[in-house]
Amino acid sequence: MTVATTEDLLRTLAPQVLGALVRRYGRFEDCEDAVQEAVLAAATQWPAQGVPDNPRGWLRTVAARRLVDQIRSDQARRVRESVTAAEPVPEEVPDADDTLLLLFLCCHPVLTAASQTALTLRAVGGLTTAEIARAFLVPEATMAARISRAKQRIRTAGSAFRPPEGADRAERLRVVLHVLYLIFNEGYTASSGSDLHRPDLAAEAIRLTRLVHGQLPDDSEVTGLLALMLLTHARRHARTTGSGDLVPLAEQDRTRWDRALIDEGTALAAAALGGPRLGPYQLQAAIAATHADAATAEQTNWPQVHALYLILSRIAPNPVVTLNRAVALAEVEGPAAGLALLATLDDDERMARHHRLLSVRAHLLERSGDLAGAYRCYRAAARATASLAERRYLESRAARVRR
Amino acid sequence: MKFVISMHINPAVLDALTDEEKAAIGAGHARFIEELKESGELIVTQALVDPSQAAVVSVRDGQPVVTDGPFLEAKEFLGGFYLIDCEDKDRAVELAARIPDAAIEGLGIEVRQVMFSDGTLEA
Repeated sequence: MTVATTEDLLRTLAPQVLGALVRRYGRFEDCEDAVQEAVLAAATQWPAQGVPDNPRGWLRTVAARRLVDQIRSDQARRVRESVTAAEPVPEEVPDADDTLLLLFLCCHPVLTAASQTALTLRAVGGLTTAEIARAFLVPEATMAARISRAKQRIRTAGSAFRPPEGADRAERLRVVLHVLYLIFNEGYTASSGSDLHRPDLAAEAIRLTRLVHGQLPDDSEVTGLLALMLLTHARRHARTTGSGDLVPLAEQDRTRWDRALIDEGTALAAAALGGPRLGPYQLQAAIAATHADAATAEQTNWPQVHALYLILSRIAPNPVVTLNRAVALAEVEGPAAGLALLATLDDDERMARHHRLLSVRAHLLERSGDLAGAYRCYRAAARATASLAERRYLESRAARVRR
Repeated sequence: MKFVISMHINPAVLDALTDEEKAAIGAGHARFIEELKESGELIVTQALVDPSQAAVVSVRDGQPVVTDGPFLEAKEFLGGFYLIDCEDKDRAVELAARIPDAAIEGLGIEVRQVMFSDGTLEA
């Protein structure tokens, strides 16, 4: 077996073994350390000696042994001043896939989003601390501190390792999906482009979402999120030029879109919409599928995109949805209608200075023929964005309307 | 999100402080660094030498010209910075407020986001 496939196998098995251990022993921190050690042992032994017949059982046995050693030495320390605590007897745990339970734990509501994403990538994604640090462009010590603090907080919160139930479960699953969505987006918004060894967070988010989808195939929001990721990822080669400049959706070379991902994403988006309950990811996936369906930007079914944004703004209202709806509305009814809808966002203090509002307004002003207004808004948007690529793009648009 | 928290200091203001006040600033920074390290939000922090030690470099007709600094003649100058990675701007501002300089009239603390290279264009 090659090194690459051993690595893949370990990354698949590690979260399952960790889940089984935590369910049996609690002590998330210690279990995590034990599994990391077992994975390390496997990574050195398996390529040389061959993969054992039952690799998951092998990992679990090695990890459990490390963990029990750790528990024993902790207890030995305590025993010196107190009575002997009943020592936990390692027990065969069922081979059930505990990945989902692990995700619930890593996306615990006491953690910040940054800690949830880091812990998820480490415990469920099987990435090393160094890899996660590279992915977020921070020093390894910074990421190590963040992960260790996250584990402490989970322990302090006294979280029992059992699946949340009822309304709590729905809310916790919503957090899990949001964390996966954040990991996916991080892959698109923070990449430096210069670090070839930077893990592909978008691909990793898709892999993790596939795992969740495998566990909850009938949850239409999970299906919707996976579809949304695939349909967005399908455009990755067309969204930037060779020199790293951004290409807006309307100007992308659609022959460079990944057909296989679009087909899979479109099928999933359709399946998700057939579900009993409508959610924001399903709707966003349906919108992405509508765009994917158009061979050229001109052929886009804008009335359908607008209708979907309208539903989205009813079930999950937020200023960004209004912004996107204004773009669609302008395509259907003309720029004046889009600008009128944007005006409703001016009272929102956070939104009024947001670069997205400024850049969408600039686009619509340009289309309506108000080039001076468009210039002002493009320039203001360029000043407001934190993305260098976006700033370059907005400045080039500003230069264009100035002529 | 990454932010630079920069400290703009004024030697005249610093000189007017008592020894106890100066020591309190030092201790405050040490405590702040420890907190940031523990929370996993610190990327790097550095203090800079006095601007009288700065070299201003320019190239004229292809030849480098080096003069003694500083570039800007001002009462305040960049004394040092923290590069942090935190949840959002609100958090960066909350952290900046813990820097002891922030409580002293005449010293300035500035928070600015660090730009990233990629971006999204959905509309």
